[in-house]
Amino acid sequence: MKDDLGGTLLTLAGYFALLSLFAIGGGNSAVPEMHRFAVDVQHWLTEREFGDVFALAQLTPGPNLIIVTLIGYHVAGLPGGLVTTAAMCGPSAVFAFFAARASEHFRESAWYGILSRALVPVTLGLTAASAAVVATSSGYNWIAVAITLGTAVTAFFVRVHPLLAFAVAAMLGLGGLV
Amino acid sequence: MSLPPQTPLDAASPVPDSAAASPPPQVRPTLGEIFIAFAKISLSGFGGVLAWSRRMMVEERQWLTPEQFNETYALCSFLPGGNILNFSVVVGSRFRGPLGSVVAFAGLMGPPVLLVLAIAAIYAHYGDLPALRRMLGGVAAAAAGLMLATVAKMARPLFHNRAVVGPLMALATFVAIGLLHWPLPGVLLVVIPLSIALAWLVPTRGAG
Repeated sequence: MKDDLGGTLLTLAGYFALLSLFAIGGGNSAVPEMHRFAVDVQHWLTEREFGDVFALAQLTPGPNLIIVTLIGYHVAGLPGGLVTTAAMCGPSAVFAFFAARASEHFRESAWYGILSRALVPVTLGLTAASAAVVATSSGYNWIAVAITLGTAVTAFFVRVHPLLAFAVAAMLGLGGLV
Repeated sequence: MSLPPQTPLDAASPVPDSAAASPPPQVRPTLGEIFIAFAKISLSGFGGVLAWSRRMMVEERQWLTPEQFNETYALCSFLPGGNILNFSVVVGSRFRGPLGSVVAFAGLMGPPVLLVLAIAAIYAHYGDLPALRRMLGGVAAAAAGLMLATVAKMARPLFHNRAVVGPLMALATFVAIGLLHWPLPGVLLVVIPLSIALAWLVPTRGAG
């Protein structure tokens, strides 16, 4: 990538600027699309590296979409990380700025109910897709599947602090089980 | 960061507040105060930035009323991009105009970006260590599990009233993106107009 840094940065900027406007439902819902582009299309990362980068983003405080900084850094170093972050945040931030001025009493409008009923299911499907993509990125190891299902069932019934779940899973992984 | 027990969309669900967004806030925090508040939200944001932003804005600083918070968050969860990022832009703008937006955004993104760049540099050096890879493999598996739990919780209200449309749209989106690995923009350009049309045409009772 070093031979054509400018071209790579341009690709990163263009792609993530577009993705910025399609990432409904927060950072995690765009994870399958990032995976498709970075792993399947561009071969910037291997499956395993994508899983690693996703895990690192989960371990970092702050917004979920910080994962794009890690992807950008992996592809093109520090400039890649900064360009990718700016591209992913910029367009949607500008959009939000003007949208907020245009819709003062959004919750009371008829659009709120319609958009809610229309977009919540889509977001749900996207989040489920993210879980599927991340779960399969670490391979079809039975222990990994067991960790995924165990965490899912536990977190469904009990309030689990994410860091606690991650710590337990990391220890299980370190024990050579994943 | 990761999957909060309360997902952003929880803010979008029920809890009607007739007095939404009124009266307007009389508070006008300085740019420095805005930056620090959002940096704090961001850095304490393990297990749901939503919960922390509410605690900071409504309870600690009292810059927003609970109604204003709900109203603002509901809007932000429907806008593209990170919900909390949109929230910072909208709230910053309300207090101090465009400059307020920039400062709130910088507070929210600056510290975690610096942190994650350091993490990225470390990973670039030690990412191949088998021990680290195994630990990260475990974390990724657990994160996928947390997302599944969130999906299951969010899906429950979808099945009320024997609704068909909502679950179908969720399933279609999941199959297209999660299993067939189709490009997101193309899928959304079909699914979202379709979903909005159906939500508009099918009456609330029994609609998904």
